[in-house]
Amino acid sequence: MTDGPDVRDVIIVGSGPAGLTAAIYTARANLRPLVIEGEASSSSDQPGGQLMLTTEVENYPGFVDGIMGPELMANFRGQAARFGADFLTAKATRVDFSSRPFGIWVGDEGYQAKSVIVSTGARALMLDVPNEQRLLGHGVSTCATCDGFFFRELPIAVVGGGDSALEEAIFLTKFASKVTLIHRRRELRASKIMQERARRNDKIEFLWDSVVVDVLGESSVSGVRVRNVNSGEESDVAVSGLFVAIGHVPNTDLFKGQLDMADTGYLITQPGSTRTNVEGVFASGDVQDDVYRQAVTAAGSGCMAAIDAERWLETQHDAPPDIAQTPRNW
Amino acid sequence: MSTSIATLTDATFDEQIVQGDEPVLVDFWAEWCGPCKAIAPILEEIAGERQGKIRIAKVDVDANLEIARRFEVMSIPTLILFKDGAPQLRLVGAKGKGQLLQELDAFL
Repeated sequence: MTDGPDVRDVIIVGSGPAGLTAAIYTARANLRPLVIEGEASSSSDQPGGQLMLTTEVENYPGFVDGIMGPELMANFRGQAARFGADFLTAKATRVDFSSRPFGIWVGDEGYQAKSVIVSTGARALMLDVPNEQRLLGHGVSTCATCDGFFFRELPIAVVGGGDSALEEAIFLTKFASKVTLIHRRRELRASKIMQERARRNDKIEFLWDSVVVDVLGESSVSGVRVRNVNSGEESDVAVSGLFVAIGHVPNTDLFKGQLDMADTGYLITQPGSTRTNVEGVFASGDVQDDVYRQAVTAAGSGCMAAIDAERWLETQHDAPPDIAQTPRNW
Repeated sequence: MSTSIATLTDATFDEQIVQGDEPVLVDFWAEWCGPCKAIAPILEEIAGERQGKIRIAKVDVDANLEIARRFEVMSIPTLILFKDGAPQLRLVGAKGKGQLLQELDAFL
């Protein structure tokens, strides 16, 4: 492959806070980024990322009264577009980081870039219990903001103990007659402010030390079967809806065998940077962060990736081609 | 292209769903649903590209809960393909254009 006019300086894969911040910074550096932003989905793996399924974002700095998640992401995207970022509304299906320029494919269509910023994020985990998939859309939901409306005056269950779970539970009390929060421990991992809000909400009931082992119902959800983790005893809870917020898994299948990743699938970056094991490939946002996972930290690391990529591209101008084209490990 | 997408309501659904010879893809959606907004432009494209083979119509579930209930819609977006007024295919959740066309073209 040669450095023809079709070779981009940078391609960004993913379009959450990390990818779009990287797009803003690389666009302002005149690197004309192409953002392969993903495609429509009812899971968090979609253009705009996880915030597209949330309502009010209260902790993103700069918005005194909060801002709606989809609106915030539309602003990110508009800001990147204003500086000349190009967007491709599709999902990358294959990458080749073994030769240069790097190759990224969307189906049969190939794209080339000197550097790549990976910001494919993470998607919400499902329970992976019998009947969960069968009842998806019939009481099992991946999107509380979309589907809460259908559970007016009905009892529902939310599974999980982090901020996402409590946020969903509180949101769903607007519709449901009762929300049972099912958590495998006796303590919540969620922030203090969310815990207090949930405890104060008299529509929310906590079912501690319990895991969901099956979803019940023929044509729609009629309940969940839970097991107490201490006694092993199983019982059924009658609910019409089930919302799951038990954590996330990084979207890294695309990079298996090409980028170093932990056993959990999170990409490994060189400490204090966004550099992966492949020179010229950078990773930012939740795809490489299983600790902080906030919109603002993702945006911050997207900015880091843009600066890392820009500086790396500058060194390539001066380097003799044979060095520039040899993949190296750090 | 947006003119080719009809708006159905509780009052007009039964009458309109049997009109014309083409199958009708009904998009159950609501204003507050992000994934619904994400597929709206895709559906407009499909309505244009598959003109004469399929009609596309929308039901706002917020204002037309009766129809949503009748077809047991509990998650949006839900797309239901009707032929002669009878449901043939049901797609729950937003999907990309390629995947939607792949599912739909088998019925067109």
